Amino acid sequence: MQRFAQTFGVLLAVAVLGGSATAKDVPELKSESFELPTGDRMFTGAGADPVNNNCLTCHSAGMVLVQPKLSKTTWEGIVKKMINVYKAPVPDSDVAGIVDYLSNGPTGGK
Amino acid sequence: MIPFAFEKRALTRRALLGSAALGGAALVSAPALADMVDLPFSGGGGERATTTSFPQKGKMIVQRTRPPLLETPWDTFDKGVFTPNDQFYVRWHWAGIPESVDVNTFRLKVHGNVERELSLSLPELIQKLPRVEMAAINQCSGNSRGFFGPRVPGAEWGNGAMGNAKWTGFRLKDLLDRAGVKSGSIQVRFAGLEKPVIEGGPHFMKSLTIDHARDGEVMVAYAMNGEALPFLNGFPLRLIVPGWYATYWMKMLTDIDVLDKPDENFWTKKAYLIPDTPGANITPGEKDVKMVPINRMVPRSFFTNVAPGDSIKTSGPTDLRGIAFGGDCGVAKVETSIDGGASWQAAELGPDDGKYGFRRWDAKISSPAAGSRLSVQVRCTNTNGLVQPDKPNWNPSGFMRNVIETVDLVAA
Repeated sequence: MQRFAQTFGVLLAVAVLGGSATAKDVPELKSESFELPTGDRMFTGAGADPVNNNCLTCHSAGMVLVQPKLSKTTWEGIVKKMINVYKAPVPDSDVAGIVDYLSNGPTGGK
Repeated sequence: MIPFAFEKRALTRRALLGSAALGGAALVSAPALADMVDLPFSGGGGERATTTSFPQKGKMIVQRTRPPLLETPWDTFDKGVFTPNDQFYVRWHWAGIPESVDVNTFRLKVHGNVERELSLSLPELIQKLPRVEMAAINQCSGNSRGFFGPRVPGAEWGNGAMGNAKWTGFRLKDLLDRAGVKSGSIQVRFAGLEKPVIEGGPHFMKSLTIDHARDGEVMVAYAMNGEALPFLNGFPLRLIVPGWYATYWMKMLTDIDVLDKPDENFWTKKAYLIPDTPGANITPGEKDVKMVPINRMVPRSFFTNVAPGDSIKTSGPTDLRGIAFGGDCGVAKVETSIDGGASWQAAELGPDDGKYGFRRWDAKISSPAAGSRLSVQVRCTNTNGLVQPDKPNWNPSGFMRNVIETVDLVAA
């Protein structure tokens, strides 16, 4: 799931110019490289395809699935914000399906 | 690690409800039950998995995997006033988090309305600028959002989207003075290495007024609790804005732009807005409210050694303890109540490690009659005289919760 690699390091704990600080106050800063977990959870059930096809580009499913029960109007607002503000390239033909799934499926307000 | 009280209850509840509690079955990947916590939101829905799979992080509560939203498990706050780096909460806006940072080529740039543009390496910053250290709390604007009623959308945090650390670095003022801020400057805008994953999406940037940026308290940290910052907490440099919500604490800080015009970028102008009312409090559905950027933190206090539903003994006093903070100033006093807020008793305050950090408090309650139920409360008054409210605030973004905490206990 994750790769932890430390590459060439540089010791920055050098003599300090002035003041009472000592070298031990500054930790060694090393170049770092990581691979972050991505999450493999999918939206399931009827109507999940447009949600999986669009929403998972930017974020994993987990936070969506633990939202409180929200109205269709609220979900519409959230989906529009994703498109208009965050520039999610959601085809017009998928918007209604996404809103329907979010407002009637496991995350729906009923 | 000693099992935490919430986890034990989560197990019990899950065992009682059976697999149906997983709701929609396949929708929820199935972590082992021991890896679940149950954040005690009204009406439920607080079940979350924990994980140790993020780099440089120990056990964290998963609010979202990508981009990561990781909450600090509550038992961490009972262990001391400084939150360990490996359990300090994590919050990113975009999944465009660089996978590596090369300390040899990393530069912090200062440009815009300045006499001299700067592009400084890490060794230059560390060696040339006077070193300062400060304890300060970093708290997400939406910490505790899951407790809002009525519920609001967003990251459904419990109380663990906060942490206190000792930050080491340099004053932003000293850096800006090196660049020479020109007259007519009104704001300073900060950006980090985080990038949108969608072309045209708004790059995450935040601004402070020029006076705030030069107040001598705002700093840039290269160390956190004596170590390099964890990658997910903003390695190698993070802006520290003591007393202000975390949205301003730019991670992986790499660009400082001194502006002579108001910052019109989305994240400053349109995001993280609160009602311009005391406590950012409005009535659900209220319209035409003036909105302003979120800013100073407000006082809070918490129990760390008891949780809702815990039993307390009937023989001898019970020790209560926890943490408090003043928000944008220090803690004046912490008080507890066992009678629903009718009377309050002063708690004892622990060492003062700086006005912007957590303060430990300790109190005792005398032995209650067997079978009695106690609503135990704690409240903080800050050195500006602001006290936590006895009714929760509400706003549509779920920001700035700071109601007096109540824990219902049973004497047994």
